[in-house]
Amino acid sequence: MTAQVITVTSGKGGVGKTTAVANLATALAADGKKVVCIDGDIGLRNLDVVMGLENRIVYDIVDVIEGRCKLKQAMIRDKHYPEMYLIPAAQTRDKNAVSPSDMVRICNDLRPDADFVIIDSPAGIERGFRNAIAAADRVLVVTNPEVSAVRDADRVVGILEAEEKGSPALILNRLNQALVRNNDMLSAEDVLDLLGIQLIGIVPEDESVIISSNRGAPVVNDPKSRAGQAFRNIAKRIQGQDVPFMDLDLQSGLWGAIQKFAGRK
Amino acid sequence: MEQITSLVQIKGIRDGLLATFSDAPWEDQRMALLAQIDDRPSFFQGARLAMDIGSQILKVNDLVDLRDHLSERSVILWAVVSESPTTEQTAQLLGLATRISRPRPEEQRQFADTITDDTALFVNKTLRSGTRIEFPGHIVVVGDVNPGAEIVAEGNVIVWGRVRGMIHAGSKGDRSAFICALDLSANQLRIANEASAMLKPQIDPKPEIASINSEGRLQAELWHTG
Ligand SMILES: Nc1ncnc2c1ncn2[C@@H]1O[C@H](COP(=O)(O)OP(=O)(O)OP(=O)(O)O)[C@@H](O)[C@H]1O
Ligand SMILES: [Mg+2]
Repeated sequence: MTAQVITVTSGKGGVGKTTAVANLATALAADGKKVVCIDGDIGLRNLDVVMGLENRIVYDIVDVIEGRCKLKQAMIRDKHYPEMYLIPAAQTRDKNAVSPSDMVRICNDLRPDADFVIIDSPAGIERGFRNAIAAADRVLVVTNPEVSAVRDADRVVGILEAEEKGSPALILNRLNQALVRNNDMLSAEDVLDLLGIQLIGIVPEDESVIISSNRGAPVVNDPKSRAGQAFRNIAKRIQGQDVPFMDLDLQSGLWGAIQKFAGRK
Repeated sequence: MEQITSLVQIKGIRDGLLATFSDAPWEDQRMALLAQIDDRPSFFQGARLAMDIGSQILKVNDLVDLRDHLSERSVILWAVVSESPTTEQTAQLLGLATRISRPRPEEQRQFADTITDDTALFVNKTLRSGTRIEFPGHIVVVGDVNPGAEIVAEGNVIVWGRVRGMIHAGSKGDRSAFICALDLSANQLRIANEASAMLKPQIDPKPEIASINSEGRLQAELWHTG
């Protein structure tokens, strides 16, 4: 096994990075993959809460870096999927406790024994963001159909391109078709048109996301949730499967936009 | 040691510290800078560092690598000043400032002295939010100029793509400068010291050229061929 390291990032805060990491990891684990999640949001850890693992934390990533424990000791096994682990962030330290080379080292240690390492990034483009992307083989940029979120996503894409991380793929989260129809929300096509990167999934606005996050049980486990379905599809696309985009009342232009950027590197 | 460290001069400026590089090989200077920091870690702890790297041509990896080494020493690299357009562009792409405030008498130069020939900077990609490209000649972009990106040229600006960011042509006062693009739905255009109000995005955009008209106002019109 040689794990693929995937970093989920966004620029703007609160757009759904942590939600995406928890759900994609769970969906990949449900598909039988061995997954390790890393919470890269040092000082504001919450991936553990969303995954329902907060009570099990003994050691965190800073303990590993500073040699207080072995990497294995900081890997918390999931309650439902024995092949899924979380390496939590430190809550009482700041991003300067971790460096990009620490992340590269940890990911290299994880690679031989996992299929996927998924890293949750903090908001912003500062040190914590750079730590999170340092080891990435692939970057997923999450945005909302909102002008400010898209502008920050554009900035992040520019930095990733400049750092030769390759072109990232886009997750458009919290799309509300009713608002788009009334011209009260940017459409998927508007967002893709501006960012010009490959789309890997559209996740609808769905209150079951909030309910399940609060319960510490990612929404992918809910077969009726449309957001859950969207995350399951993205997980399949990450594994290289060709899953058609969900029927989200797609406007005619979106297909063109998807196809236009699908082939781009 | 004495010899190595003198390759890079460090002094305090208003915005933090300024490291001035010489023409010596980049690798030697990079080591010299890090050695100076390692010599006095407490002095550099938390410092904001600007670098004047003269005419060295640096690639993205060079700057990313140095920035990470600095950041491991708690030194924040915020600006890179360079005479090389390539290095300047690299720094801008990484979100670093490329101008620092320090007295520079040549800043008051008249426009007529600055463009002596028709040099142009060629940018073959989309300029995304947060990128600022400045050049003392013309700028040609093959790609889009996204919202939040800025282009400042002392000469003309030509964009083979969509303009939705800020463009300033004739930035040192040349009122004959022009801006043309396949789609000019910019959120702000400026030529010399004239600014245009926001142009409406068009459904079916056509190539346009913006210039200062005979009444002295900035105006955009359709590009007519032939
Ligand atoms: N598709 C969705 N539908 C409804 N609510 C959502 C959706 N996606 C995320 N949310 C909610 O949005 C909020 C922010 O999500 P999340 O914490 O994942 O964002 P983040 O990008 O990780 O934030 P931060 O930048 O603070 O780390 C949460 O309350 C989450 O439940
Ligand atoms: Mg988060």
